[in-house]
Amino acid sequence: MTASRLLILGPVAFLAVFFLYPLVAILARSFSGGALGLESFSGLLGDSYYLGRIWFTTWQAALSTLLTMVLGLPAAYLFARHEFPGKTVLKALTTLPFIMPTIVVAMGFIALLGPQGLVNTALTGLLGPDTPQVRLTNTLVIIFMAHAFYNYAIVVRIVSAFWANLTPRFGESAAMLGAGRVRTFFHVTLPLLLPSLWSSAVLVFVFSFTSFGVVLVLGGPRFATLEVEIYQLTVKLFRLELAGALAMVQLVFTYVVLLVYARLQERSTVTITLVPHEAVTRRKKSWRDMLVVTGIVVALLIVLSPLWALVERAATAGGGYSTANFTGLFVNESGSYFYASPFRVIWNSIRFALASMTIAMLVGTAVAYLLARPRRRASALDALFMMPLGVSAVTLGFGFLIALNRPPLDLRGSWLILVIAHSLVAYPFVIRSLLPVLRGMPGHLKESAAMLGATPLSVFIHIELPIVARALLVGATFAFAVSMGEFGASMLLVRPEFATIPVAIFRLLSQPGASNLGQALAMSSLLMAVVALGFVVIERFRYREVGGF
Amino acid sequence: MPALILTNLSKSYGNMPAVSDVSLTAEYGELVCLLGPSGCGKTTLLRLIAGLEFPDSGTIAFDGVDLRGVAPHMRGFGLMFQDLALFPHMDVYRNVGFGLRMQGVAAAEIRRRADELLELVDLAGFGDRKVHELSGGERQRVALARSLAPEPKLLMLDEPLGSLDRVLRESLQSEVRSILKEVGVMAIHVTHDREEAYAIADTIVMMDRGSLVQAGSPEALYKDPANELVARSLGVRNIVSGTLARADGPAQVVCALGTLAVGWPVPSEVPVGGDVLALIDERTVSVIPARDAITSAGSTLAGTITAREFRGGESALHVSVGDGTIVCLVVSRDAGTAAQVGDEVSVVVPPEAVRLLARGGP
Repeated sequence: MTASRLLILGPVAFLAVFFLYPLVAILARSFSGGALGLESFSGLLGDSYYLGRIWFTTWQAALSTLLTMVLGLPAAYLFARHEFPGKTVLKALTTLPFIMPTIVVAMGFIALLGPQGLVNTALTGLLGPDTPQVRLTNTLVIIFMAHAFYNYAIVVRIVSAFWANLTPRFGESAAMLGAGRVRTFFHVTLPLLLPSLWSSAVLVFVFSFTSFGVVLVLGGPRFATLEVEIYQLTVKLFRLELAGALAMVQLVFTYVVLLVYARLQERSTVTITLVPHEAVTRRKKSWRDMLVVTGIVVALLIVLSPLWALVERAATAGGGYSTANFTGLFVNESGSYFYASPFRVIWNSIRFALASMTIAMLVGTAVAYLLARPRRRASALDALFMMPLGVSAVTLGFGFLIALNRPPLDLRGSWLILVIAHSLVAYPFVIRSLLPVLRGMPGHLKESAAMLGATPLSVFIHIELPIVARALLVGATFAFAVSMGEFGASMLLVRPEFATIPVAIFRLLSQPGASNLGQALAMSSLLMAVVALGFVVIERFRYREVGGF
Repeated sequence: MPALILTNLSKSYGNMPAVSDVSLTAEYGELVCLLGPSGCGKTTLLRLIAGLEFPDSGTIAFDGVDLRGVAPHMRGFGLMFQDLALFPHMDVYRNVGFGLRMQGVAAAEIRRRADELLELVDLAGFGDRKVHELSGGERQRVALARSLAPEPKLLMLDEPLGSLDRVLRESLQSEVRSILKEVGVMAIHVTHDREEAYAIADTIVMMDRGSLVQAGSPEALYKDPANELVARSLGVRNIVSGTLARADGPAQVVCALGTLAVGWPVPSEVPVGGDVLALIDERTVSVIPARDAITSAGSTLAGTITAREFRGGESALHVSVGDGTIVCLVVSRDAGTAAQVGDEVSVVVPPEAVRLLARGGP
């Protein structure tokens, strides 16, 4: 019992100091106006403009989620059930959009579909200069597309990890009972996948709900989400009490969503029959399988097209292909104080991401264990620990600045503050990927090991760890990626010497000139390459060490 | 002095008593079988002994040591779960060797012992197989080998053969007994299947609704069941209620089948005219054609065959007699030629086939 007390104490203390305390500091600001301190809230809820923002934020998130799920499921199926050459690389590529800074995602879409983008250039080139252009910027459609593109990897990763562990026996029994492929999918496979579908759908919803960079760049002023509104109020209008109130509204809303979801997930847990990966993937190749695989792979490549556009643009300078954008990165042309060499920036990003991943894994694993054991009000606790997902990075960074500025917790000058912010944003991913596996673990395995003389520590090392290893690696991958691509909090917290890749990209973007844009694109390509390489290494490591469990 | 001593163990979940006031002993090398309907508390009792649950009251002692506060992995017991709980991420070798590895035994020695045990359970050469490649019977054997490998002082088996088909179950039953006897381990085995209990146990412990009803050798329990539940659980099918007509001389019972002579001692607490249950051994009665009826061989009952169950070497004849039905087990060869459904027959019930229980049981 003492051990479990300690288990709960660590993450709780971490969250109390680095999450709740900064939030309370912001809340205090939002209550600072008026006699009762509630003026900012009543003003907010009485204003049809802000109510409209709340409504818009909600329905655009719902539609974006639906679109993302529909696009993500075929790819999840592909990765869970099929082996084909280049699978590892393709899987790593699929995850790329998620770890791209939102600004870069937005840039990718402009590079592809903007007035001067690849699509319009190609259309004009093919059909002549009078061809009507594809106009999608500043429309809802491009926001939906960007959200689906950005969150696609969440669905693919979470669902395919779950799907891969699902024994094909269920589908086979359905077939024997007379269900065709389609009916088997809708009546057997889909219901069994529900826990993972809910997991990913809620994550996608929360991300679309708190979306910032994509909406800011692609949506224009007509389509501001709450997050954009908070940013405007904080940075541009400096109305902190109103921003704080809006942040609280967003926080409460996300908490309710996460609570509903935690309840649903508790109820839909199934005991997973663990089967090694080799036994699940389809080996025999019928023409039908080949067709399905090819179709999904092609669709995937199309989904990923903003990335191609990005790379193509990065490799274009002065009207033709050249490496000028890349070599330009190494020259500090203007002698700027903010200049940092690409090596230094990449090294910063990698070491911060590794440190954040470690903290996120420790906190996330402890919390997941806590949530996995049956207890009353588990869903309330679950939603509470997931809260960092519902807080905007801008809000979090802002909270850090006003709360962690005094001894003994003056972390403003330290790189630790960055790592802590990153791990706060990252650890919910570890929880979400671990929890379904922990809850579905066959009950007697641990007791059986104990009866064979294994101490609780040995049970953890020899039984639980290998079985949850796959989920743990998925969580680690996400944590790493979130830290690599984190932008909002980093912008507020970072010092020039600790600049990360996304920060460097934004600095290049915010300076005028074609060469700076080109270099930003080149830097984005480098980020892609580093992360893709990291993922391939993790995947290889996994297959050798854990045998694909 | 018995090694395992359970004294007044009780355990309840909320208001539901799962185990109430159970006392039990077992000796080294003894094979004890907990028999009872599902939900009778036998698995809970096993988990209490294993240390996976804590008793509300009562004590568990092994070799004179009170086990209160001793963690499951420190008790040196083994437990084979109904779902076997083979580790899916390990091959057969690593599963079997897991307990030894936890004891810090050297790798070469683990290998040697695992080979030895796989040989014992007739799975030599299976060491490199993956768990999911094994058939149901093979998994059962691997689980048994794994439980035996650390040489537990006490091995517990929770419905170990429950999920197997009948043929496999029957062949494994005698095999499990001979393996356990060969190793000489003390074992407590939980089942709801009396054939399994008969095949494996030295001692059968009957449980009902959390309480221990009766304990003894399979023969003793079958011959002298303490109450109707024990009798039914052990396979007595002819249980008829009646009244005691005469208590001494040759005792007699009047029941729906007629008047039967009783060859066994009458329970002392039952007065003449008191309610009793008559248990009639289906193997000791005989069925003869109606015309051959002789009155001297015991009570002879006239009836009609209503059903016949063919069971290989034997057949069970259901004979409608008076207001009741009696089941008689006869050799199939005779049944095939002589008795058909609808035939009028005489059922001869010798006094030694009839035993009385006080109604409601002790």
